[in-house]
Amino acid sequence: MKPILEAKDLTKVFFRGSLLARDRIVAVDNVSFTMNRGEIFTLAGESGCGKTTVARMILGFEEPTSGEIVYENEQERKDKEKVWFSQRIQAVFQNPFETFNPLRKVEGYLFETVRNYQLAQNRADAVELIDQKLAAVGLSYQEVEGRYPSEFSGGQLQRISIARALLIDPSLLIADEPVSMVDASIRMSIVNLFRRLRDELNMGILYITHDLATAYYLSGQIAIMFRGNIMEMGPVQEVLMNPRHPYTQLLRESIPEADPDRKWQGRISIAETEQEEYLRQGCKFAGRCPKVMEICKNQVPDTVLVDGIHVKCHLYKGTASEVEGVRAKPV
Amino acid sequence: MAHKEVVLRTKDLKAHYVLDVPGGKKIVKAVDGVDLEIRRNEIYGIAGESGCGKSTLMKTLYGLVNRPLRLINGSVYYSKDGGAFDVFSLRKPELRRLRWTYMAYVPQGAMSIFNPVIKLKDTYSDFLGSHLRGKTEDEMFAIAKEHIDQLGLPVSILDAYPHQLSGGMRQRVAIALAALLRPSVIFADEPTTALDVVVQRGVVQLLKDIQMSLHNTIILVTHDMGIHANVADRLGIMYAGKIIEEAATVEIFKNPLHPYTQFLIDSLPQFGDTGERASAPGQPPSLADLPTGCAFHPRCPKAMPICKVEAPDMTVKGEHRVACWLWDEGGVA
Repeated sequence: MKPILEAKDLTKVFFRGSLLARDRIVAVDNVSFTMNRGEIFTLAGESGCGKTTVARMILGFEEPTSGEIVYENEQERKDKEKVWFSQRIQAVFQNPFETFNPLRKVEGYLFETVRNYQLAQNRADAVELIDQKLAAVGLSYQEVEGRYPSEFSGGQLQRISIARALLIDPSLLIADEPVSMVDASIRMSIVNLFRRLRDELNMGILYITHDLATAYYLSGQIAIMFRGNIMEMGPVQEVLMNPRHPYTQLLRESIPEADPDRKWQGRISIAETEQEEYLRQGCKFAGRCPKVMEICKNQVPDTVLVDGIHVKCHLYKGTASEVEGVRAKPV
Repeated sequence: MAHKEVVLRTKDLKAHYVLDVPGGKKIVKAVDGVDLEIRRNEIYGIAGESGCGKSTLMKTLYGLVNRPLRLINGSVYYSKDGGAFDVFSLRKPELRRLRWTYMAYVPQGAMSIFNPVIKLKDTYSDFLGSHLRGKTEDEMFAIAKEHIDQLGLPVSILDAYPHQLSGGMRQRVAIALAALLRPSVIFADEPTTALDVVVQRGVVQLLKDIQMSLHNTIILVTHDMGIHANVADRLGIMYAGKIIEEAATVEIFKNPLHPYTQFLIDSLPQFGDTGERASAPGQPPSLADLPTGCAFHPRCPKAMPICKVEAPDMTVKGEHRVACWLWDEGGVA
């Protein structure tokens, strides 16, 4: 089966500062991954790790500095047919209160999408289609009709924006931190909705999050990003339950578990500035890594395959085969 | 905990937002009958979803009641030097003197409180200058340096502008600033929200360090039950303006009595378990239009006829308190 999405050596460089003293920030550094239909792929990492930049490049909001993104039907993308492209890929963003204009009725967004894609011949058909998609997210047209965003809760608005994305039957849904603004008791209803979309519609979902607990619950494959690099990538069960990279180990240990018998042990240090880590030579994590070696400070580690897991760490050098084509370039 | 000296006590505290709307008044019952006894030398957690009134409760306890928020009933007693005072009976200058020296408040989004155009050491000397008399610039800088160093933060941050620090470091500096004058009570409103897990852990580490070194009281508000499990000694669960359950943190997680608390704990995904997790049905109620009886009854799977009519009182079982008809004397439990 052809993958639904393939990112190949994706790189994005931003410049910061004045013309004379500017920093070159490699926000996304040689990121490669493959997604299949009916799969939830998680891109996880702290804020400022480049995960949203990857999403923006996939959506075409941002042009990659180098590397390429191959969609299910590569030819059509090369023709710059963005209409086709947007017909198959839809996105849901973090803050549902910012997604909707507070002065505009929510239904307007749904009808607008129907109109833009000519999904219905008349209003009755449009209402029927909208009602059907709202039903898929546990709402109905009656509940939405004539109401403004302020009349809904964050969880409801997020579900409406998912319903809007579903109108055109996308094959790939990009969900950028979709539950981080939603309350705990409602959060699971949205997360469960993603599971249903995957199982019932065979949809591919790129789930971007910093919340590893929901990532574990949802996804098949996971990539852990840190300062623009994928540090570890593989099946979620392996990566999160048996983390190999010291950064993944730190992340995993730092998740507050809702169990007072399993409190955090030991102390950690955090970076003073994000820039300092982005500009670091060698491994970006070397400044905070508990297992840091001399080589980490000046040489960027290659990505190696350890038991089928991609790990970008000097600790595993020589213990496994290096992965062709994903060797990191020196910055 | 051996120490049971009560440092903060409220009785039937009510604070409502009274809003003028066309054709009358709208009343938002953000704090609606809260009884608390918070002790010295403990971290007391308050958990609840957004819109349950927990931030308003913080402000009310801190004496920050400004219109449209109004104190409807009750008082907030603090014990100090063997006596007690009601925060609402103080005059403004007295209250100002107590702030930061006796009690400190770290508001939500505290990492954005810093003046962006001055270095952090100037923020520190501004702060010290307005609370300590007769110190020179150098003395104040020395105090700031010692304080930062004691808390394990890098001293070099004093020479930085706020935007040069990472969000997590800014948040920690904001909390450190609140602890500078060794207050007896620190309120921290969602100090870990919107931060990454590793940074959250750093913030929690700092809060614990402060509490250990000052032996004071920290009142921590967050919706994140994982954070509470890690730091809080005792936990109060808030729903629709009321504390509906309170117990030692271990007890709340091991033996939650209120159906809402059970939902809060059961809905969290756990590692090593991908089985379907249920979420609480429905939505949290609007504080301007509360359901009759127990505010949770429309979402409660165990609702009984009485729940729709009358709000339950607190049932006290030793150190565990719960407001639910299931546990009321004469209930079915």
